[in-house]
Amino acid sequence: MSERILDLRHVKVEFSTIDGVVEAVRGVNLHVIAGETVAIVGESGSGKSQLMMAAMGLLANNGKATGQVDYRGTNLLAISKSQLNDIRGAKITMIFQEPMTSLDPLYSIGDQLIEPIRKHQNLGEADARARAIEMLRLVRIPEPERRMRSYPHEMSGGQRQRVMIAMALANNPDLLIADEPTTALDVTIQAEILELMASLQQRLGMGMVFITHDLNIVKRIAHRVYVMRRGEVVEEGETAELFANPKHPYTKALLEAEPTGRKLPVAPNARKMIDATDVRVTFRLGGGFMSGPPLELRAVDRVSMTLRQGQTIGIVGESGSGKSTFARAVLRLLPSEGAISFENRPIQGLTREQMRPLRRELQIVLQDPFGSLSPRMTAGQIVTEGLLVHEPTISRAERDRRAVQALEEVQLDPSLRNRYPHEFSGGQRQRVAIARAIILKPKVVVLDEPTSALDRQVQKQIVDLLRDLQQAHQLSYLFISHDLAVVRAMADHIMVMKDGTMVEQGTPDEVMEHPREDYTRRLMAAAFAE
Amino acid sequence: MLRYVLRRFLTAIPTLFVIVTISFFLMRVAPGGPFNQEKGLNPVIKANLERVFHLDQPLWKQYLLYLNNLVHGDFGPSYNLPDFTVAELFAAGLPISIQLGGTALVLALLLGGILGITAALYQNKPADYAVIATATAGSTIPTFVIAPLFQLFFALTLKWFPVGGWGDGALINKVGPVLTLMLPQLAIVARLMRGSMIESLRSHHIRTARALGLSDYSVVIKHALRGALLPIISYAGPAAAALLTGSIIVETIFAIPGVGRYFVEAALNRDYTLVMGTVVVIAMFTIVFNLIVDILYAVVDPRVRYD
Repeated sequence: MSERILDLRHVKVEFSTIDGVVEAVRGVNLHVIAGETVAIVGESGSGKSQLMMAAMGLLANNGKATGQVDYRGTNLLAISKSQLNDIRGAKITMIFQEPMTSLDPLYSIGDQLIEPIRKHQNLGEADARARAIEMLRLVRIPEPERRMRSYPHEMSGGQRQRVMIAMALANNPDLLIADEPTTALDVTIQAEILELMASLQQRLGMGMVFITHDLNIVKRIAHRVYVMRRGEVVEEGETAELFANPKHPYTKALLEAEPTGRKLPVAPNARKMIDATDVRVTFRLGGGFMSGPPLELRAVDRVSMTLRQGQTIGIVGESGSGKSTFARAVLRLLPSEGAISFENRPIQGLTREQMRPLRRELQIVLQDPFGSLSPRMTAGQIVTEGLLVHEPTISRAERDRRAVQALEEVQLDPSLRNRYPHEFSGGQRQRVAIARAIILKPKVVVLDEPTSALDRQVQKQIVDLLRDLQQAHQLSYLFISHDLAVVRAMADHIMVMKDGTMVEQGTPDEVMEHPREDYTRRLMAAAFAE
Repeated sequence: MLRYVLRRFLTAIPTLFVIVTISFFLMRVAPGGPFNQEKGLNPVIKANLERVFHLDQPLWKQYLLYLNNLVHGDFGPSYNLPDFTVAELFAAGLPISIQLGGTALVLALLLGGILGITAALYQNKPADYAVIATATAGSTIPTFVIAPLFQLFFALTLKWFPVGGWGDGALINKVGPVLTLMLPQLAIVARLMRGSMIESLRSHHIRTARALGLSDYSVVIKHALRGALLPIISYAGPAAAALLTGSIIVETIFAIPGVGRYFVEAALNRDYTLVMGTVVVIAMFTIVFNLIVDILYAVVDPRVRYD
């Protein structure tokens, strides 16, 4: 039982770039025993993915791995490519984070499943097909015979990840390397995939390396953990032991980065900022000359909400549930039906020009801190752009003074204001986006997944910052997230959305501890399972 | 799919109509006419000629007359080559242009494709730099330089090939024109192929294929190349329409009796019917090849579905 199937010794990974040689992994020792699950945790850039890519011979062209990667006594770094091709896909396989793009869009699921089976097991077409269907059944794809003919774009992200798992396991490997396999999926799907992987691992008796930044997952499935930082393993140990007694300060910091705390509810008679009644958003798809009437899609169906001063309403739900659409409709960034008022003044009928003065009070911060900042403007220009519209009369010096003030408020060094977005880290970029919103002294801010693209530790800092700003300016937040741990820490009222309708609402404790709806219960079970 | 093809052919009719109408009137905006010569024609003869060809009628009548003839498949007589109808000129010249252009296109796609794939597989290595250098040279040296250089070295100095002429379609006469037509296309195809192949090789599903231990051949040809073909297909459609309808430079330098010369010559001579004939032929080729591109797209990529 204690045979090491994979043994990495002094593995280093280097990339030669135009800025010189970058060391991504600096001498890592790591091993996997047959049948065990090993987790590698660390933030983005810690080298955890590159380490395993190196072991699989999947580094980019400019990457180079040194050291020893022994698979049952064979050093994978020293053998020829065709020898390596006999091992990967057969004995060791890997699945990846991006379920949407990891399958070839041009071939059917069946073709893609059959190809590696035929290559490694020397089976005929019919036998390989039978094996492929068996694998689809194993990963619980409904109607596997029919699905063999489907193309990846005809399947959901969760189904594609199941197909990836089927492809990886079809040749009975000893070891499965999973690189953030559930990160891009909704929480409920995430839980299903994890459960599937754990049960398959037990059934097939294979070892598993699970690369993740999510400590909840580690706690749930791993026997042993390696914590990586800046290309090195800073701590390793049994999962329970490591969680109970972290030794390295970095591990401690990671564990403490879980969002904590609760928000106190606002007084029931606090000032109403936004009152939305029966909001409906309908998208029309297709239609037009020669193609018949358009298809109507109800993205939001009769959702009502009252947001009071100083309140944070969390909106949770899976992707496609209409959370973001609803929030945009409330800000009148999308055409909608139903009544919406801001500070007791109806705004639904206002024209674009009439809305403009209100815009400064209704701000939005988006998920993707890179995509939402213009790459051709400096941080200072980005932050002050709104002032040009809403306070065109103030001088350049005054604008600059306000920019400094706003950047200080989001705890970003104001001397960085002449830098461009690409020169900042993800967390810093999100601070710039927040500064751009608060410089206008808004009353309501929609936060659309503001922390989802960030590492846990950075996430915690942004959550703290948002709380401080709310305190200081009596801001009202509409906080959209699929991350329930963050919502629990931030919001004093939660709305659960599914398929465009609100299925449940209440205080965090009501919704999270005593969910009434089955859907909410599943969402919670998936997010907080121990 | 069949319905889609049918619909595309039906929408081609109004497209052609608009092209014919615009060209007809644009051409008449230009001063002069087919019988204005430097020497000056006897006014009586000129008037007679114009009456024969209905050029004395009001413009709108001429337009309707031309449309009527066109619908009946009659492109009319050529004004400057009075022994031939426009249809006869194309019947004689078009097969020659198609042969040369078609051969050049097929060779450019094959060789350019292979060069591009090779460059992508050896990115930033000597083979890659060699392809880039060839491609840059091929697309920057103009045809009217390549053709005379070919004649100078291979025809006049080495005497391997004739300097020009069609020679009733002898293979040896085609080498020069085909090479000259091919080189710039080959350069473009190689560059396109290299770029799209590099992108394709970087995609996530290629990483998956490698992780599953598939052979290099399968990874490169079956998975990477198919995805990389799409930009090549979209380029090849309009390129085919342009190549098959002849090139004035190549046909003039090599003295080839194709149809490439007609467009410019006819326009200079105000040979109205020949210009219109050329416009209609080029438009039809363009429409047909764009349709072929769209069909090939659906064949290569299952995500593309019409109807």
